[in-house]
Amino acid sequence: MLTNTSNDVAQGQEFVGHGKPLFLRRIRNTGRSVLPVRDCIRLRFAQFCRHAMGGHRVIAFENVGFNYGGGELLSDVSLRLAPGSFHFLTGPSGAGKSTFLKLAYAELRPTAGRVSIFDRDARMMTRDDVALSRRRIGVVHQDCQFLDHLPLATNVALPLTVASRTGDAQDLTALLDWVGLGKLADALPPQLSGGERQRAALARAIIMSPDVILADEPTGNLDWEMSLRLLTLLVELNRMGKTILIATHDMNLIRQAKSQLAARVLRIQNRRVQLAGADL
Amino acid sequence: MKLVLPALLAADRQADRVVPPSGFTAQLTLFTSGSMAFLAVFALALSLASGRLADRWASALAGTATIRISAPPEQLDTQVAAVLALLSTTPGIASARALDSAEQRALLEPWFGPDLPIDALPLPRLIELAEASPGYDSDGLRLRLAAEAPGAVLDDHTRWRRPMAQAAERLRLLGALSLFLIAGSTAAMITLAANSALAANLPVIRVLRLVGAKDAYIVRAFVRRFTLRALTGAAIGTVLAMIGIALLPRADAAGAFLTGLGFEGAGWLLPLLLPPVVSILAFAATRAAAFRTLKGLT
Repeated sequence: MLTNTSNDVAQGQEFVGHGKPLFLRRIRNTGRSVLPVRDCIRLRFAQFCRHAMGGHRVIAFENVGFNYGGGELLSDVSLRLAPGSFHFLTGPSGAGKSTFLKLAYAELRPTAGRVSIFDRDARMMTRDDVALSRRRIGVVHQDCQFLDHLPLATNVALPLTVASRTGDAQDLTALLDWVGLGKLADALPPQLSGGERQRAALARAIIMSPDVILADEPTGNLDWEMSLRLLTLLVELNRMGKTILIATHDMNLIRQAKSQLAARVLRIQNRRVQLAGADL
Repeated sequence: MKLVLPALLAADRQADRVVPPSGFTAQLTLFTSGSMAFLAVFALALSLASGRLADRWASALAGTATIRISAPPEQLDTQVAAVLALLSTTPGIASARALDSAEQRALLEPWFGPDLPIDALPLPRLIELAEASPGYDSDGLRLRLAAEAPGAVLDDHTRWRRPMAQAAERLRLLGALSLFLIAGSTAAMITLAANSALAANLPVIRVLRLVGAKDAYIVRAFVRRFTLRALTGAAIGTVLAMIGIALLPRADAAGAFLTGLGFEGAGWLLPLLLPPVVSILAFAATRAAAFRTLKGLT
């Protein structure tokens, strides 16, 4: 009952290395089998502890495979994103970077294996659970979508609005200033440049103070100077304790980031995700 | 509905604003629910009016028939007795009695005056019979009368109205059926309008899902809009139709069918139910459409 976990744990550790107490790890992997009462209580207690501590891993992939129907895009992917970690995800275009991110915020469900988001199996999550988890995950897309009929400030505050929370107007102004869009608060999204949209998307992604920020080619539309600015913002967020995963093929950006902090680089190749070596 | 509508009205306008205003579908919903309510008022009026007509004619049917016996004076009493005996054994006849000469004089008085020498005239004798429910078979009765009393003629003067009363009854049913069809069409059209609005707003819905909106929040934004539009449209349609019916010329001659179309007394309150009913339909149709659309998205 408590076996069959070593493979997953070993792979996970290989990538991220944030182990957790052995007993938590062991009972975490017992699955849904029938447990003796004592073990049940232990399991519940462990779950309670994990939630109270904010979880030991925010997003975990366990032997994940994904098949679009026309063949496998990802197979046997295992990794964990530990709280406060900073990862890049790279690989040739079409390798599955976006799919990987979509799996991480439950836009897609894995066709094999298991994705856990805040220690919850993505397949078991209801639509409302997914909505709630997205309030803890900020997503920045390459082609970020906005509500074009509403001004930028309202768009950036949208996560608060849909969560029926009222934001502080001063905080919103401060956030817009922080991403350099303070003067564009009343502009409509179609009036913004590519770089401004990227920064607005970042502001929207972090307004709920999420635990995780997932960015898909966030610098895709930006010149180098603007890319550096965005990277600086992300590094700053990471220093505040946010977990960050950036999918990009911009090697210069990755080198720049590695000079500033201990970022890990994951590479998707041949349907697998591997920790990239020193070739960067 | 009592609970839902105020909640919808009170819902934060912010939720409504996240969906961009869509002039065309808005007008379409308004127009559809308005015209459907307008038609529904007339179907309701038709149903109520034909119901009244059916009742009136049916009650007239419950009246009497007469048998007229013309025979040579010496056979008259025999034939009257024979007919009365025959009627007493005919199923469907509640009672039968022969009118005496005073009653016959009273019947003739309006026509010939009080001085009519009734005894000197070879008047036929009249037998009044009351029909039971279910009624008698008039063709069979005629045949038996011809055999027993050759001078007897059955005059079931109100019976010709029976098919008309049935027709009025059918008309009432058709009116009710029309109401159901109108309700169904309203729901179908609002579903189509909602579907088109949802399809047009898929990018908006995706953004909302991405930033953590629950389905209920997104659905509410659409449902609120469509329900309020349908309510407004239906209210306008109902009021216009009620004014139209109130302006119809009144019936002075009893039973004038077309001019009898309309509402009487408390019947005027019935069309007022249409706007809430239409908004309930819009609420349910939009809600179902929205949840169906969302189910296909992640």
